[in-house]
Amino acid sequence: MEIFSNILIYFVIIPVLTLGGLALTKNKGIDAIRAVAVTGASALVLLALYLVAMFLHARAAGDMSDMILTTSVTWYEPLNIKLALGVDGVSVVMILLSAFIVFAGVFASWKMDPLPKQFFLWFFLLSTGVFGFFISVDLFTMFMFYEVALIPMYLLIGVWGSGNKNYSAMKLTLMLMGGSAFLMLGIIGIYFHSTATPGEYTMNLLEIAKNNAIPHNWQMFLFPMTFVGFGVLGAMFPFHTWSPDGHASAPTAVSMLHAGVLMKLGGYGCFRIAIYLMPFAAQQMGWIFLTLTGISIVYGAFSACVQTDLKYINAYSSVSHCGMVLFAILMFNNTAMTGAVLQMLSHGLMTALFFALIGMIYGRTHTRDIREMGGLMHIMPYLGVGYVIAGFASLGLPGLSGFVAEMTIFFGSFEHTDMFHRVLTIAATTSIVITAVYILRVVGKLLYGQVQNEHHKTLTDADWSERLSTATLIIAVAIIGCFPNFFIGIIHDSFVPVVEALKAYAPSVM
Amino acid sequence: MDYSQFLMMPQEIGLLLVFLLVFLYDTFMPSSTQKGLPLFATVVFGIFMILGFMPVSDGFAFGEMFESNKATWAMKNILNIGVFIVLLQSIKWANSDFVSVRRGEFYELILLTLFGMYLMISGRHFLIFVIGLETASLPLATLAAFEKRYYESHEAAAKYVLTAVFSSAIMLLGLSFVYGLTGTLYFSEIASSIVGDNSLLLIVALAFVISGVGYKLSLVPFHLWTADVYQGAPTMVTSYLSVISKGSAAFAFFVIMVQVFGAAYSHIWEWMLYAIIVITITVGNLFAIRQRNLKRFLAFSSISQAGYIMLGVIAANAVGMASMMYYILVYIFSNLAAFGVIAVIERQTGKVTTDDYNGLFKTNPWLAFVMMLAMFSLGGIPPFAGFFSKFFIFVGACSTGNVAVYALVLIALINTIISLYYYLLVVKAMFIRQDECVIPTLKSHWTEKAGLIICTMGIVLIGLISCFYTSLSDITAALNIFPG
Repeated sequence: MEIFSNILIYFVIIPVLTLGGLALTKNKGIDAIRAVAVTGASALVLLALYLVAMFLHARAAGDMSDMILTTSVTWYEPLNIKLALGVDGVSVVMILLSAFIVFAGVFASWKMDPLPKQFFLWFFLLSTGVFGFFISVDLFTMFMFYEVALIPMYLLIGVWGSGNKNYSAMKLTLMLMGGSAFLMLGIIGIYFHSTATPGEYTMNLLEIAKNNAIPHNWQMFLFPMTFVGFGVLGAMFPFHTWSPDGHASAPTAVSMLHAGVLMKLGGYGCFRIAIYLMPFAAQQMGWIFLTLTGISIVYGAFSACVQTDLKYINAYSSVSHCGMVLFAILMFNNTAMTGAVLQMLSHGLMTALFFALIGMIYGRTHTRDIREMGGLMHIMPYLGVGYVIAGFASLGLPGLSGFVAEMTIFFGSFEHTDMFHRVLTIAATTSIVITAVYILRVVGKLLYGQVQNEHHKTLTDADWSERLSTATLIIAVAIIGCFPNFFIGIIHDSFVPVVEALKAYAPSVM
Repeated sequence: MDYSQFLMMPQEIGLLLVFLLVFLYDTFMPSSTQKGLPLFATVVFGIFMILGFMPVSDGFAFGEMFESNKATWAMKNILNIGVFIVLLQSIKWANSDFVSVRRGEFYELILLTLFGMYLMISGRHFLIFVIGLETASLPLATLAAFEKRYYESHEAAAKYVLTAVFSSAIMLLGLSFVYGLTGTLYFSEIASSIVGDNSLLLIVALAFVISGVGYKLSLVPFHLWTADVYQGAPTMVTSYLSVISKGSAAFAFFVIMVQVFGAAYSHIWEWMLYAIIVITITVGNLFAIRQRNLKRFLAFSSISQAGYIMLGVIAANAVGMASMMYYILVYIFSNLAAFGVIAVIERQTGKVTTDDYNGLFKTNPWLAFVMMLAMFSLGGIPPFAGFFSKFFIFVGACSTGNVAVYALVLIALINTIISLYYYLLVVKAMFIRQDECVIPTLKSHWTEKAGLIICTMGIVLIGLISCFYTSLSDITAALNIFPG
């Protein structure tokens, strides 16, 4: 089988094997469940690191093709649907990010109760979808994996969540599925206009981009379909409302995976499908979505300022940061798009870290309301310091990942000299200040000051599985902050074809 | 008379043989062996189903009244698979106390209606078609009344028979118009004599034919019998009604629309169907949300599913036909899995509402798991087969390139979100909600287990393995019935 010689397929096979292994375990044998989950997650991390090395090696050897490791196997022959794999720099770093967060997520849910087996089954099914999405270059398989990643959220939140979980789970699932309904129509539309010669329709992204045959009037219809479809998952205003409720109710590891990876599917899809395939419509309609994402950034940040639930604060902060990703992608230049991917990485790790810490604090104090907590730094110094680091990364302290990403985005955005982009960029930069407000407010209230509850004085600090989970993420955040050039080197070339395509349709008056 | 014509209908003859064997067993075997009748019928039918996969020769019989080709062959086989699962799952029920005295009739009537459906599929003359339709409808009323100690069962039968008779009367009136205008009832001759003829009478006739088949498919507004009949009839009969009867009618409908009215009247019936699909999917979905009885719930769900099946008819091309047949195949597995679980639980506890299923996962994890797969498949969640069938039927509809059809597909897609909501309600009841008086751990009979395992494998594999769709697509691509 030709496909098994491509290492990319193992990013799907390993989670599936892990699912199989988990299916053989028993709910009472928690050790076996943990062993299988950790094995699967570690294998994914190693494979992701190997993929990065392979990618760098290929690039160093002078392979400058758009995608490397491409394989295409026919699946549904009558409709020309293929199992087409391939990665470029963006997908490689996304896969690396996902692998790390899955790894951290397994340790963050070390003491999952009840039904640990079922929890990990759904968790790895979700990971299968995520990895499958990033390795595919065929619209149909991408969409299929995208939906595979969405539906486990319903049960993960519904069964293991907290608070108003039924409502949140249903709202999240229906909103995301609603987005994917638009997406499905967009994909079918793209398929039937993928080529100028009728009867040879294709679902392969690279071929569609090369043909560049989608008529302009159809682009004007299909672009909003696909952009909104993915934008819902990217928490674009006004479709972001599932995010705060969903994150607040989800169990820790699910929040981590969801904010850390799943929301990136949205940004990645907007870039890979909507903009890459339909550059004309992107140039024509970009301003609408740019305005919406600008609103996301500022609105999310302001909303986070007035929340008192830790998870809500972080969820609104995610809306703001993910808005930044889409905002940067819509700037249509290489610098800003590089910044967008850095922001995805940075936000993915940082939010995962936040949610992990929040989960651990909640597991001890049994409250997430910042008004009921205080002075935790003395009681649990490890978690406290972790929280401060995550907060600094979020507000863009140099040396951590957030600074690099946001600087690159704003530099890229400022390359546009017209009034419209300038105003939006300046508005978006204010979010840095607002972020500082809500982060410092939480840190001050939660970690310093008086201990609010005598009972909290008896609490313990993080145990080894929690330390491992958070340390992985903190180190990753610091590495991106200190050595951004390594990541920029990987992703930088990936935007060339997209930006070239966009330039051809750039409005003459800018 | 040339008796070799009968060789054109091997599946019909085989089915009659199965019927005769079951009938002889029922009539002449001593009463001590009667308990083995359900298993006997199932095994014989299973052998027939496997033999049915032998290729048939293409051609016409009886003065072109009857056509046998690869598509009819494939459709009959799809129905056979569904009937086999129904028979398998009904063995335990047919031997239960109140049913056992009439168990032979159950199998005989099922096989007879299936014979009628074969005629609907293969008939190329409206006479054969109507005979098939009646044979497939009237015995079903008897089957609906099978649990005669229940009032609801009587009501279901009465509703079904009255609607059936009324609809076929309307359809016959429409056909008489057609005959009056064209002087023939052959599909091909009608098609050639109505080219370019835009008579109002023929449009009325068209509407009447659509309503006649529409009741079988329970398209809105001909759906009013559906919920009550599904609820009142024994669960096995309901599952048969919801998949087999619907599947055969959908196929026959496709052939009539494309072959008879396709060339000259496609611009008219497509708009009629367009409106019907929009209201069918929407009404089915909106009513399903409020249902607490799972059989009623699946009735409305199946109404909306029929709307999706009709998207293949709108396409009226090879892709649409292949997607429609594939959709029916997947729908058979998904719906029979759901009804199989309902039947197991209803047989042992008598509970059929969503609230009764609260906490089912704790006590019956496998039943809950199968039910969840069925719901996901019906809702179109990957990697289960329902996702693929939905995607392909949308691709089929959009392959016409008509912008209005894109709008229709968008409406259908928005409706899938609504449908997902109520399918998830069942999942929520089983996995998330808790209850004090939860259904105890049940022990299902091996035949029921076998049926559910077949359905589960179908749901998981039919989508991931592409050969099912590919072969259906090859079959329909070779047909030359499509206009244009």
